[in-house]
Amino acid sequence: MKSLAELEEIRKKTLDQMSLRKGNDGMRVIVGMATCGIAAGARPVMSAFVEEINKRNLTDVTVTMTGCIGVCRLEPVVEIIDKDGNKVTYVKMTPEKAARIVAEHIVNGRVCVDYTIGEAEK
Amino acid sequence: MRDLSLHLMDIVQNSISAKASEVCISITADNKVDLLTMKIADNGEGIEESLLEDITSPFTTTRKTRKVGMGISLLKASSNMACGDLEIYSKRFEGTTVEATFKISHIDRLPLGDITETIVTLIIASPHIEFELVLSNEDDCFRFSTAEVKAQLKEVPITQVEVLNWIREYINSGIKIIFGGVLNEILS
Repeated sequence: MKSLAELEEIRKKTLDQMSLRKGNDGMRVIVGMATCGIAAGARPVMSAFVEEINKRNLTDVTVTMTGCIGVCRLEPVVEIIDKDGNKVTYVKMTPEKAARIVAEHIVNGRVCVDYTIGEAEK
Repeated sequence: MRDLSLHLMDIVQNSISAKASEVCISITADNKVDLLTMKIADNGEGIEESLLEDITSPFTTTRKTRKVGMGISLLKASSNMACGDLEIYSKRFEGTTVEATFKISHIDRLPLGDITETIVTLIIASPHIEFELVLSNEDDCFRFSTAEVKAQLKEVPITQVEVLNWIREYINSGIKIIFGGVLNEILS
């Protein structure tokens, strides 16, 4: 059984690295996590975003959740807002799509147009 | 919803919308009486009495965008499907408790699902809220509390990857100890 005492070790270890990880003015990833989103699989999508972002050590990207975004038939819905407030809405998300969006949109600034709400509604 | 962890995620969203600062989740499996109880208690702003009467109706909601709210009615349906029931206690400005029961051995009882992932996702999304998770069976009990973790971490945020990984392992081992062999979907 793990014990709370192990956290002390983690604390010491991360404290050294923490000075390097500053600033929270980067991109925001917002996952719709209402009944509709959860039922459609929003939780694994959010986990995938967090995992990919941690893997790439993108410390200025925040992942949060919100309620129903309003297009339940297209859930899971994810919104990505950049530093300037520009918003891209991705629909019918999966963990695989999340990985691609992190690599292309968040890291390289290229919107994955084929996953956006505009494409889905065509 | 496919499993109880997804229902849990959904119901806790209501606590977050109600501006709760503490959410206590307890899951109890008692094989002697064949009963699984999932209880979510928060200190949010509570539910108005007039609303409480028909809260389990899918046509009851406080949201303004449309006239349906499925969360509680879906949990009630899942509970009823397994010979259980759903109770809600709420007091305005004090908090709300949602309690759902299930007959463990019932063929239609939903599996527990990934409770750990639900808790970790909630912590990532709402790191300022204190979550407590209590798992128990007839004679044993496991407790996890973000307040205790934060006290131990001091200035290190709870959302650090290393901390989240520790939380995952910690809760997973708790689930195994408490529900392993008690709920047939969890191996002992």
